[in-house]
Amino acid sequence: MTAAYPRPEPVAAADAEFWSSLRAGELRLQHCLVCDTPRHPPAPICARCGATEAHWLASAGTGEVWSFTVIHPPTLPAFSASTPYGAVVVRLDEGVFMVSNVVDCPVEELAVGQRVALAITVVDDDLALPLFRRA
Amino acid sequence: MTRPAVVGIGQTHYAKDMHRTERDLALEAITRACDDAGVPAAAVDGFVSYHIEQVAEVDLMTALGLRELRFMARTPSGGGGAASILGLAALAVASGTAECVVAFRARNRSKAAAYGRDPNQGGRPWAKAGTRLHDFRQWHYPFGVAAPAHEFALIARRHMHAYGTRAEHFGMQAVAQRFHASRNPDAIMRDAITLDDWAASRPIAEPIRLFDCSLENDGAAAVLVTSLERARDLRQRPVSVLGQVQYGAPIHTQLCEFFATTAAFGERDGGAVAAGRRLFGDAGLSPADVDVALIVEPFTVAVPLALEQYGFCARGEGGPFIASGATRWPDGSLPVNTHGGSNGEAFIHGVNHLPEAVRQLRGAACNQVAGAEIAFVCGAISDPAGAVLLGADR
Repeated sequence: MTAAYPRPEPVAAADAEFWSSLRAGELRLQHCLVCDTPRHPPAPICARCGATEAHWLASAGTGEVWSFTVIHPPTLPAFSASTPYGAVVVRLDEGVFMVSNVVDCPVEELAVGQRVALAITVVDDDLALPLFRRA
Repeated sequence: MTRPAVVGIGQTHYAKDMHRTERDLALEAITRACDDAGVPAAAVDGFVSYHIEQVAEVDLMTALGLRELRFMARTPSGGGGAASILGLAALAVASGTAECVVAFRARNRSKAAAYGRDPNQGGRPWAKAGTRLHDFRQWHYPFGVAAPAHEFALIARRHMHAYGTRAEHFGMQAVAQRFHASRNPDAIMRDAITLDDWAASRPIAEPIRLFDCSLENDGAAAVLVTSLERARDLRQRPVSVLGQVQYGAPIHTQLCEFFATTAAFGERDGGAVAAGRRLFGDAGLSPADVDVALIVEPFTVAVPLALEQYGFCARGEGGPFIASGATRWPDGSLPVNTHGGSNGEAFIHGVNHLPEAVRQLRGAACNQVAGAEIAFVCGAISDPAGAVLLGADR
């Protein structure tokens, strides 16, 4: 299953930065250096003020489930054995949105508005995912 | 400015696994559109299609023996452009850039089709995406979100939370469209369904069920646009293009950006709210003037979203609007997808909705809306998209 896992191999240096910080055990978000607006996914320009300078700040890792779905077959080979499984959109308290999964949560207990906290999940030496658990 | 009109419509048989090339399918739909209009195919001097269309303009030019091609244009993304390809054809005619422009889409995309294995489109994303993610997929696939159904499910659930929309509302639209399809001899799905049938269909990505989903099939559809002046000498009653609009919008394949900009389904949602006002304002019409709507729907949730954003009902009222029966032919106040739509007639990436709008305004539809004079067509919500208003020429 690990062999078939869909694996980010980003071209953009900023995307690589995001994933490498997770491997180091931290969720970091790109912030505009001028107006401090956080953005995700990483991007070369601040959509709010147009500045190109950015820096990375650790996220508090807290947020809420903005939406969820329960996915049935067919799906990605790496997830076939896990169906039905939940997928969520999380709104982090910093204001950015992430597609993710909530660990240790039966699909029938998924709920919009559920508070969640970061639970970085190590897939293998090369990949750690920003998953969440109920808070 | 020359007023543009749709003068010809053409479509192939719609079915699964037709074992024909997309060029072959496109040529059949295009030549049928020309025959319908009474225009020789050699008169075509422009093509408009989706940017993901695999049939090249020059291949059509060669096959049809065209001497001159004056206009070629493509719209971003897929089903979002279903109305916009007609809109662009109309702009080309209105500006005098070209005189006889075809908008088309061809698909050989059934599950087993060779073209379905194209690395960029068609088929099933998980069957060919590989596991090395260089682009926007890196923000979805590692979490098991890979198919449009997964993405639309996340959009649908948020709408349910925000407005009390129920999954049954999507189901009711699925039922209405399958009823429409049951009376359409060209439809792939000829059996009407009940809401119980919908509820018993298997979940794909909750709240989306199988019967909410567009079909996987092959086929092609085309429309031919020329000037209204010329149209009046041709075979069919012309259908005027009264207005067209496009808008940029975050796409369902990039949900982080989608929710960052449209999180409340509010004023900025998809840009369709402002675009709809432009469309109707420029045409001097309002949504209440529309007799029939063709709303491109990869999944039935796209129907209430479009109804709300283009102003056919208040924001958040799309579900109850459907539940009232408004979208169901013949008694609804705004019959939607009278040919059966993408879950009933066929999935030609929404382009099969264009010939149906024209049939309605000719008075020649299988589920004819009595006295239909104004038709609205929009591309799939949650894409960069657009819409057109069409009018019967009386």
